[in-house]
Amino acid sequence: MMWEPRIVAFFCKWCAGSAADLAGVSRMQYPANIIPVIVPCTGRISPRAIIEAFLNGADGVLIGGCHTPNDCHYMAGNFKAFKRVYLLKKMLKQFGIEPERLRIEWISATESQKLVRVTKEFVSQIRELGPLMGGSDGEA
Amino acid sequence: MEQPRIGVFICHCGKNIAGIVDVKKVAQEVAKLPGVVYVEDYVYMCSDPGQQKIIEAIKKENLNAVVVAACTPSLHYETFAKAVEAGGLSRYKYEMACIREHSSWVHFDKKKATEKAIRIVAAAVAKVSKNKVYKPITGKVVRKALIIGGGIAGMTAALDLANAGIPVILVEKSPTIGGKMAMLSETFPTLDCAQCILTPKMAEVARHPNIKIYTLSEVIDVEGCIGNYRVKILKHPRKVDPDLCRLCSFCERVCPVKVPNEFDRGLSMRKAIYIPFPQAVPSAYVVDSEHCTKCGLCLKVCPVNAINLDEKEEIIEEEVGAIIVATGYDLYPGEKLKEYGYGVYEDVIDSLQFERLLSASGPTKGKILRPSDGKPVKRIVFIQCAGSRDENHLPYCSKICCMYTAKHALMFKEQVPDGEATIFYIDIRAAGKGYEEFVKRVQEEFQVNYIRGRISKVYRDINGDLVAIGVDTLSGQRITVRADLIVLALGIVPKLNPDLASKLKVPIDQYGFAQEVHPKLRPVEVATGGVFICGAVQGPKDISETVTQASATAAKALELLGKEYIVREPLIAEVDRDLCNGCRICLTVCPYGAIEMVESKAKVNELLCEGCGACNASCPVGAIQLRNYTDEQLHLVVKAVLRGVT
Repeated sequence: MMWEPRIVAFFCKWCAGSAADLAGVSRMQYPANIIPVIVPCTGRISPRAIIEAFLNGADGVLIGGCHTPNDCHYMAGNFKAFKRVYLLKKMLKQFGIEPERLRIEWISATESQKLVRVTKEFVSQIRELGPLMGGSDGEA
Repeated sequence: MEQPRIGVFICHCGKNIAGIVDVKKVAQEVAKLPGVVYVEDYVYMCSDPGQQKIIEAIKKENLNAVVVAACTPSLHYETFAKAVEAGGLSRYKYEMACIREHSSWVHFDKKKATEKAIRIVAAAVAKVSKNKVYKPITGKVVRKALIIGGGIAGMTAALDLANAGIPVILVEKSPTIGGKMAMLSETFPTLDCAQCILTPKMAEVARHPNIKIYTLSEVIDVEGCIGNYRVKILKHPRKVDPDLCRLCSFCERVCPVKVPNEFDRGLSMRKAIYIPFPQAVPSAYVVDSEHCTKCGLCLKVCPVNAINLDEKEEIIEEEVGAIIVATGYDLYPGEKLKEYGYGVYEDVIDSLQFERLLSASGPTKGKILRPSDGKPVKRIVFIQCAGSRDENHLPYCSKICCMYTAKHALMFKEQVPDGEATIFYIDIRAAGKGYEEFVKRVQEEFQVNYIRGRISKVYRDINGDLVAIGVDTLSGQRITVRADLIVLALGIVPKLNPDLASKLKVPIDQYGFAQEVHPKLRPVEVATGGVFICGAVQGPKDISETVTQASATAAKALELLGKEYIVREPLIAEVDRDLCNGCRICLTVCPYGAIEMVESKAKVNELLCEGCGACNASCPVGAIQLRNYTDEQLHLVVKAVLRGVT
């Protein structure tokens, strides 16, 4: 069976999460490899949760939050997420995981098109990188 | 902990979900999940019979948690929460799994969409299995409002609230309330005299039994949260007792110190003991502590012994339920526009100075005279967008300049019918009721010369004439205009001390204006509950818009202060005191200052916490957890969406 990348997408409920809702309402299509996990704020995403995703078989982790500097519903959760992702990418490299497998994007509630573009891009990028842990069968 | 007995209810949404997602397959797979004891699918779960299925199943199957797999929670969270509650279960023991917007509507591939839907439902099941029941948080509301800024915005909000029976504290930095509007001559487009419409309002504020005015005062500290703020107000000494002062002006006459009068924007002089303008509120003299030499002459002549030069500043503490920020604006510093010669040539003035020249109570008693030599003005040039819509200065439009410049030109022509008025503009922005008609009138009836273009340089030639050089961008011609007086329509900048903004947790945008929650739907609220913004501190706006917005803040404050208690969502952060090692990292990441140290351990203020979870993600020992989205739950969710992947 062909390998299919498995991607966990942490979306904040205010911006990227709403963009995902809007993408649905607008019947846009994006790869089903993206499984959304809605969190209150990207500032809630602990590095541990991202590591857990990789440990449990994710080939990539996407984080979608509100635009910097002012869009964050909780003032600066997006900056906190950005800093954590920046540091974590450096650590991932030391673990032997390509830092490109972790991506953070600012997607406002109206930017469903950006969401579609980013998810498509990210899936094809991860497809090129190949499976993280020897590959999965892609079955539920 | 009791064993989870989870019921999963899968909605077909007609064909919206079931047309792509194999609902039966989802039900089959979900039934295998740990804790799931009941699964049902139905064509329209949100319909009455659908909701009834949930209510009945909770009772019959003795469910202690519910997952509804349907559309986005923003659509039907509340619908199903009510059904769950009707079944006798807490709403906090229920989660929605969005399999429509996040799966069936975005994928054509039925197999993939079904698989994804199963993962989404599994995540919700994993989360709900660890959900706990919480009681809503309640806090008492202090029935009192603080208004910062005593201009037309603050005064309007104060009167609206006070008339509704709410006690109001009005804090104003300068010696009198009235704000910038008190400096104006007439107001566009009706040409009402500003003083005539403002001063009665000032008097009304002054004598209102529900309004307490603190002039010469600043808010220096804010603590607490929505419904219950504790504020510290620093009151600078007036050094004249307003209750005793009878405005006899003896003190002013003997005072030997002369300084430029800020109310006339430096076009006249005042003494070190002075009254800003005759109708000032409070109606009393004030000592300018910065310039007073304490010579004591005023003390000798005051017939009522109202003066005390040794009065000290004091700090007043107040408790309020709501705070309205109405600190207004300042003009962009004209000195920064070097090409216009502001501050170099006395006859290049700003628009507020021109208002003072026009005002009957101004330095020239309303006559338009040149500041340099006091001669009448025959040729006048107005430069619009002075600082505004300029990448090097203010990129935004200051909104009111087009209208007040038209008004200035009209009033000049009324006073000097044979005079020559020229306005340089980029675009005329006259959106507003009666505004376009006003500008047309100025152009046609009053023969004011509108030239589209910018002035590149202003200088004084050997004859002493001011010369403005620019380009008429419509004809492409270079233009040179001689003038007796040049008026700059300086841009508007917000007047909000960043320190105060951070204490009030009012977010500010890149230009320093206070940032509303939503420009259309929540225009006067900020992210912090119980704090409202109105007037030019939110963005450039004219008097009518300011008054509208001020009344809006009063209505919003009233909505809050009308309640005895406020009820808040309990899904906030919580500290396990046994785990907390007192490292204080959470204190530094919390955007709301909701965490304090109690006996060296972190404690969450339930009324301040908004539940963003930033502290949760940063705690090195996992001691602080977001209720119903703990680390354990987040990790279970991650595992659930990746189930079967190795």
